[in-house]
Amino acid sequence: MNEEYVLQLQHISKEYPGVQALKDVSLEVKKGEILALIGENGAGKSTLIKTCSGAVIPTSGKIIVNGKEFTSMSPQLAAENGIAIIYQEFNNVKGLSAAENLFLGNPIRKGMLIDKKAMENEAEKAFVQLNIKIDPKKLCGDLTVGYQQMVEIAKAIKQNAKVLIMDEPSAPLTSAEVESMFKVCELLKSQGVSIIYISHRLDEIFRLSDRIVVLRDGEYIKTLITKESHVDELIRLMVGRELTETYPTRPDCIRHDETILELQDVTGNGDTNISFKLHKGEVLGLGGLVGAGRTELAQMIFGAVEKTSGKIIFKGKEIHPRSPRQAIDAGIALVPEDRKRHGALLTLSVKNNINMAIYNRISKLSVINSKKEADTASSYKTNLLIKTPSIHQLVRNLSGGNQQKVILGKWLAANSELIIFDEPTRGIDVGAKFEIYSLINNLVEQGKSILLISSEMEELMGMSDRIIVLAEGKMTGELQKESFDQNAIMRLASAV
Amino acid sequence: MNMKNNIMNQIRDKAIWLVLVVLFIAFAAANDKFVSANNLFTIARQVSMFGIAAVGMTFVILIGGIDLATGSIITLVNVVAAYLMVKMNFSIIAAIITSLMLATAIGALNGFMVAKIKMPAIIATFATQIIFEGAAYIMSGGTPIYGFDPAFKMIGQGYVGPVPVPVIIMAVTFGVGGFILNKTYFGRYFYAVGGNEEASRLSGIKVNSVKFMIYALSGFFAGLAGIVMLSRTNSAQPTAGKGFEFDVITCVVLGGVSVSGGYGKISNVIAGTLIIGILTNGMVLMNVSTYMQMVVKGIVLILAVGFDSIQNKGSLAKA
Repeated sequence: MNEEYVLQLQHISKEYPGVQALKDVSLEVKKGEILALIGENGAGKSTLIKTCSGAVIPTSGKIIVNGKEFTSMSPQLAAENGIAIIYQEFNNVKGLSAAENLFLGNPIRKGMLIDKKAMENEAEKAFVQLNIKIDPKKLCGDLTVGYQQMVEIAKAIKQNAKVLIMDEPSAPLTSAEVESMFKVCELLKSQGVSIIYISHRLDEIFRLSDRIVVLRDGEYIKTLITKESHVDELIRLMVGRELTETYPTRPDCIRHDETILELQDVTGNGDTNISFKLHKGEVLGLGGLVGAGRTELAQMIFGAVEKTSGKIIFKGKEIHPRSPRQAIDAGIALVPEDRKRHGALLTLSVKNNINMAIYNRISKLSVINSKKEADTASSYKTNLLIKTPSIHQLVRNLSGGNQQKVILGKWLAANSELIIFDEPTRGIDVGAKFEIYSLINNLVEQGKSILLISSEMEELMGMSDRIIVLAEGKMTGELQKESFDQNAIMRLASAV
Repeated sequence: MNMKNNIMNQIRDKAIWLVLVVLFIAFAAANDKFVSANNLFTIARQVSMFGIAAVGMTFVILIGGIDLATGSIITLVNVVAAYLMVKMNFSIIAAIITSLMLATAIGALNGFMVAKIKMPAIIATFATQIIFEGAAYIMSGGTPIYGFDPAFKMIGQGYVGPVPVPVIIMAVTFGVGGFILNKTYFGRYFYAVGGNEEASRLSGIKVNSVKFMIYALSGFFAGLAGIVMLSRTNSAQPTAGKGFEFDVITCVVLGGVSVSGGYGKISNVIAGTLIIGILTNGMVLMNVSTYMQMVVKGIVLILAVGFDSIQNKGSLAKA
């Protein structure tokens, strides 16, 4: 046992049916250090920290806290042993004061009653200790996001946290708030608290951390001493996988003379001044990290959220999609990321789902032409090779890949010319993935145009003709097919 | 597993008819007056108002909503139609059309509050329930209004051959309801919105318009039930429809329309309506007190919703 470490994870593995989320990951946290944990989307960072909090039970491995060995944690064990996590979503009650939040679930009492005064005094002390100025009487909901986070940190310290795990703490903050958060981190470090800091922002990691642990695809890659490393090395380690997957090939279908979609300074929904052109027959990849604003951009093009300014030009005409209906009628479709919540209507049949966007078109005086309805469904069932016993089957009973095909069938039936795919193969098994890729190729060959959002680097590079990269709501670069490179994309996505 | 699901769904679909038959046999055995042709038509006539209003309520519950204003719309339509005919000398047709328009407008108001202002349906319709109950009372001055043209009686008390007119109106209403649900695209939208609002919106359905329309329709069908009631009683009572929504909701939920939305069939709502009719009639014949009837009906509603909730828990676990 090593006295130096307050927390050690040894050979942690976590398997889910069909997926190995973590493979034999080990790391140590020293007393009073800031350890950065980095990796691409899906590298296993969140799963790893959840094993520390007890939210995930590892399949194998050991967690050693201050010399005590555990095979798994529970939220209670984690708290007792001084491990606290500050999640991106705060665990606060907006209608209670900062002081009451600090003592949430564990108030100071005077007999049967709550001693508000004592709590406020204690809270004041806790805030002073962190060198922050918050009025303990103020309602949490009235505090800025930055201060709400401080209340969370103060709560963790109040409960004697020795290891503070922070998951993307800077994501919701303004740059001034990030500075104060850094100061608090430095202060805690000097008080002997250890911090595991997870962030996509590499510049922050270089400023703040002592050591960096890199994960990739659920595996431990390397630990670096921050002072002795460099951004290029870090990016190489994060993305440096062998490109082994093969993607179905397609002939060049791009009609360079014909622009189907053009964005000019589109702003809103968290994005700023996005401009690009998408040609007919092109697959344009949209790269970036989670939270970069890609889905948000898709929502604006599809009319699910209205843009605040800028121009969307579709087929040479400016459009102002205010609802999905308007975008659909113009010829734009969205295959959303969350298939079960936003894509498929699980409680309805395959037939109903495929026709859902065109019922108004196949009805006369609002009465559905049921022959057309059945024919449309049957033809897409055949064309897209949807595996279902019949078109009357509920979509709920289909596999993920087949649900995705049903959604695609809905848009093809609606005669969509631009199809936006948001993470089209998430949660779909390998065989079905290949099928989806082939379908995308077929669409392009038929003259459709594709905007492909993907967090899987290989998929993005394998399927796109061109890639544009977003970071924090802004476009950071564009890459042509011949210059596709994982390092370059990662660099743009991290905005360094 | 699909097989099992299918069998489960089949059972779920048909179970209510079995309950209806069992209940029928039980009351027939308990009371010999129950099975007479006379009494059976009485039952059908009694449930006709529930049935008419239940069609609108079926739509509302299908999209995961609720309409508590049904009873007060019925009361208001009673009072307004009577007022127009007796005090303003409106013709029967004009009085009916005006009061049905009013009922639809109240439904539309509910729809506006729920769809556009995003108020919880239970609160919005609860508020309109109180408002129009009060309005009806004010308008009637607290006393019954009567003295209609005898021709008006036809709607609630007349017969075509051996069949009472209100039963025919109910049958037509169910027919229209079934047609809307199964043959028009509105019906598809109702199921879609009830199943998943956001996915529906992203499929191009104007969810707000659908909701607005459904509450307006619910108001219209409640109004129609109100006209039938007025003609049956031949006098507008200032509390005519009080608590009516309770029975209507029970009919619909008994008929297997899921309170969480997205699932339900109009044919089974017919069974649910008949069960409530038989239960009420049977209890009256057996001299069960009004208060005891309330206890029984409350329990029936709990059983129906409980059954639905357990079913939902099961199917959620599977999905």
